[in-house]
Amino acid sequence: LAPWVPVVGLEIHAQISSNSKLFSGSQVQFAAPPNSLVSFFDASLPGTLPVLNRRCVEAAVMTGLALNCSINKKSLFDRKHYFYADLPAGYQITQQRVPIAVNGSLSYSLYIDNKMSQMVTKTVRIKQIQLEQDSGKSLHDDTRSQTLVDLNRAGVGLMEVVMEPDMCCGEEAAAAVRELQLILQTLGSSQAVMAEGQLRVDANVSVHHPGEPYGVRTEVKNINSIRFLAKAIDYEIQRQIEELENGGTILNETRAFDSKLGCTVPMRDKEGKQDYRFMPEPNLPPLILYDAKSLPANMNHQQVINIDWIHERLPDLPSVKRKKLVEQYGILPEHSFTLLNEDGLAEFFESVVKQTQMKPKKVIGWILKDLLSYLKQHSLTVKESPVSSFLLADLLNLLEKKEISSTAAKQVLAELWKGEGKTPLEIVKEQKLELLQDQKELEQICEAVIDGHENEVILMVLG
Amino acid sequence: AALNGGLRSQVSAALKEGRVAPTELCQRCLALIRSTKFLNAYITVAEETALKQAEESEERYKRGQPLGILDGIPIAVKDNFNTAGIETTCASNMLKGYISPYNATVVQKLLDQGAVLLGKTNLDEFAMGSGSTDGVFGPVRNPWSYSKQYKEKSVPKSHPEDKESNWVITGGSSGGSAAAVSSFTCFAALGSDTGGSTRNPAAHCGVVGLKPTYGLISRHGLIPLVNSMDVPGILTRCVDDAAVLLGSLAGHDPKDSTTIQDDFKPFELPNLTDVSKLSVGIPKEYHAPGLSSEILALWSKAADLFKNAGAKVVEVSLPHTPYSIVCYHVLCTAEVASNMARFDGLEYGHRSDMKDSTESMYAATRREGFNDVVRGRILSGNYFLLKQNYEKYFVKAQKVRRLIANDFVKVFRSGVDILLTPTTLSDAAPYTEFIQEDNRTRSAQDDILTQAANMAGLPAINVPTALSERGLPVGLQFIGRSFQEKQLLTVAKWFEKQVQFPVIQLEEVKRHDSDVFQHQKSASFS
Repeated sequence: LAPWVPVVGLEIHAQISSNSKLFSGSQVQFAAPPNSLVSFFDASLPGTLPVLNRRCVEAAVMTGLALNCSINKKSLFDRKHYFYADLPAGYQITQQRVPIAVNGSLSYSLYIDNKMSQMVTKTVRIKQIQLEQDSGKSLHDDTRSQTLVDLNRAGVGLMEVVMEPDMCCGEEAAAAVRELQLILQTLGSSQAVMAEGQLRVDANVSVHHPGEPYGVRTEVKNINSIRFLAKAIDYEIQRQIEELENGGTILNETRAFDSKLGCTVPMRDKEGKQDYRFMPEPNLPPLILYDAKSLPANMNHQQVINIDWIHERLPDLPSVKRKKLVEQYGILPEHSFTLLNEDGLAEFFESVVKQTQMKPKKVIGWILKDLLSYLKQHSLTVKESPVSSFLLADLLNLLEKKEISSTAAKQVLAELWKGEGKTPLEIVKEQKLELLQDQKELEQICEAVIDGHENEVILMVLG
Repeated sequence: AALNGGLRSQVSAALKEGRVAPTELCQRCLALIRSTKFLNAYITVAEETALKQAEESEERYKRGQPLGILDGIPIAVKDNFNTAGIETTCASNMLKGYISPYNATVVQKLLDQGAVLLGKTNLDEFAMGSGSTDGVFGPVRNPWSYSKQYKEKSVPKSHPEDKESNWVITGGSSGGSAAAVSSFTCFAALGSDTGGSTRNPAAHCGVVGLKPTYGLISRHGLIPLVNSMDVPGILTRCVDDAAVLLGSLAGHDPKDSTTIQDDFKPFELPNLTDVSKLSVGIPKEYHAPGLSSEILALWSKAADLFKNAGAKVVEVSLPHTPYSIVCYHVLCTAEVASNMARFDGLEYGHRSDMKDSTESMYAATRREGFNDVVRGRILSGNYFLLKQNYEKYFVKAQKVRRLIANDFVKVFRSGVDILLTPTTLSDAAPYTEFIQEDNRTRSAQDDILTQAANMAGLPAINVPTALSERGLPVGLQFIGRSFQEKQLLTVAKWFEKQVQFPVIQLEEVKRHDSDVFQHQKSASFS
């Protein structure tokens, strides 16, 4: 059988972390009482007009720069029309013709095999980033034949990040999304928490034989976590392969991922091709951005956005942070990934290193194996750790000074997890775990043991 | 005080000096509204709130602290502007009973300066039309239908008191506002102008109708027809008053991103005496098919007036003028289709009882809420916006729009200061004749002289010029350079002084205020 080449592209919607919405002054807040964060504009009251939120533009510029994009100094807003209960105006304001950023790239790494022994780095091209409005939420109450509409989310700013179909499987997509998530969180442009709907991923999947043109693609939606993303994509790839091998065809359709069944199913309400009747948004002039060269002299800098100014103030991205960790502490690249993957773990590690004489290369083991596995077992975040960096450093110092053995240290740590406020030294004394340094004392103990077990000693001597 | 006196020169002075009280002015206007009810100019009369505002104004005058020239001045607002607490209907079933929670910026500005809001005026539904005949509250009647001047010229009817006799339309779509100003029920009114909707009824009703430069006055709160062409319009009885209103309304609004950022300085109009440095352009394409010989003669006479006064009068060409109607049709309907998408019955406005599904509820709501004109434009607009048609129609129309705008740029760059054109093809038609053709046909015909200014975003003004042979008003239009309202209004004021357009002789007005006829000039332009 000829091999199949799966092709995966992603459309990611990241909610912008801002105080107010993209085009109106109402607040952005998760889980507020229904319809409590809705301005006249959000409710599409006739006569209201959009006013662009500066912070949202800055977030998009930051993200574009972090993803190596060209920032378009002039970008445009458009209306995308369709009727739906959660879209009060009957159109969404988006950027279809000229988005704010284009032609970037994202590098991500993943383990080559299940043994997590070696990492490989891949790149996915970023087609574009566009600013657009989020829709409200509608809940279908079938028992009462009604639809409940909550417009709190309507108008919240989104960055749509389009990743080209450079990925080949669920694992790659998951790794790419994870890296994007870290970047967004580092920048602060989005909190990117999937469970709170701040990061939504749709996957475009198709398969073809090498050398042949790309196959028909399906769009997979309703994916609520990175883990499900990988599952959904891999399922869909398999489904398409099986379908084609059985002589069937793939429909260009939208499918929803059913997390309970672990499969994708066709979505009923997306029948037929929608013509969105795109039209320029007449109430918003073109968005003009400046850089150091093009910035006019007399311009009030409150009124303009300077791309170079933003660029200079970008924080270290995850890839840079990892590199620095590897260089500074001599840890493995894989270690740096795990450190950054857990919120607060890198800071914890660095804090421990500062407070102990133990070499970072040895500290890392304690962090990644002992600390992290304990946290995972108990579903705790680093911030919730009952063992502070101070306590762990204290413990590691005892080990380093050879006052206790490695086994004893693990015992002490187990005790520390109880969070009873005892110091490592107190626990060592309590449980008599000190390593004996005194030779004479050691001899005395040995002789006492031998004296107490005469019969066993005679048996041993006789062989 | 003379109801027809200028705001700055007479009414404001009278109020300040205590010769007339704001409450008195308000009462008089309300009474006149009641006795001219047959005009159907008002959809909502806000008696209680108006009187309250008048009382508050009176207090301020007593303390010697009026807010400005507009303090205590009764005004009317077209019913497509949002007014908090007062119904805003757009003359449509879709918004019957709709009470907006906010004031349009222009309404707020007027209220902040102490103006007294008498009520909301009638229009074509959602401002679509050129007759003010196609709203759900019925057509507006031109006050001149009942004027002595018109009655004298028309074939004598058996029942001279019969209000049903052959009354003429106001033009549109801001017919209610034009009629309100024309019949002295208010001192000024807000209209809107997308293709001529302020200037057209101004011409037919014999009042000043100003379309400001796009971006000068905020559209926040004006329910949009075509966002890229709409402007709030100003209707007054003289050019000076239009300048007063402009001064109180213009300027950047952070709520409207299409308003310019530059500071706007209100101005008083100088009394121009020397026009020798003025260059007036006469665009030959405005000699449009269907232009009545009467208006053609008037236009020519006006050009001569400028020439004889020493101005340079030159024929110019705006070659793309003939294409503006179709271009306007495509762009207007496309924006309408988009702007009307929000009327789905969910958040506000009419909602149908149809419950089978959300889609069927949308369809029924929109069928019940919109009239044929609105629905027709939505369907056309959606057609032009379809993916396969977008380039052919919408983008093409945008390009033609650019050409039309460039015509004006070229002409103004060649040394012409101002353009002089007719405003309408003829005087006001009788209603029974007007409704023989459908809205689309009428709009296409009637907008031809006014619409290019909207395409180009330029300021333009109708100045009442003379009475036609039928005794009805005819106006002429001046089109100026972008943001050069001062020059435009200065020239318009000079012209207004030259032509001495007669005051309407309305029985109802005479009963309420005999002063009105005191300052009538005998000389007239026609």
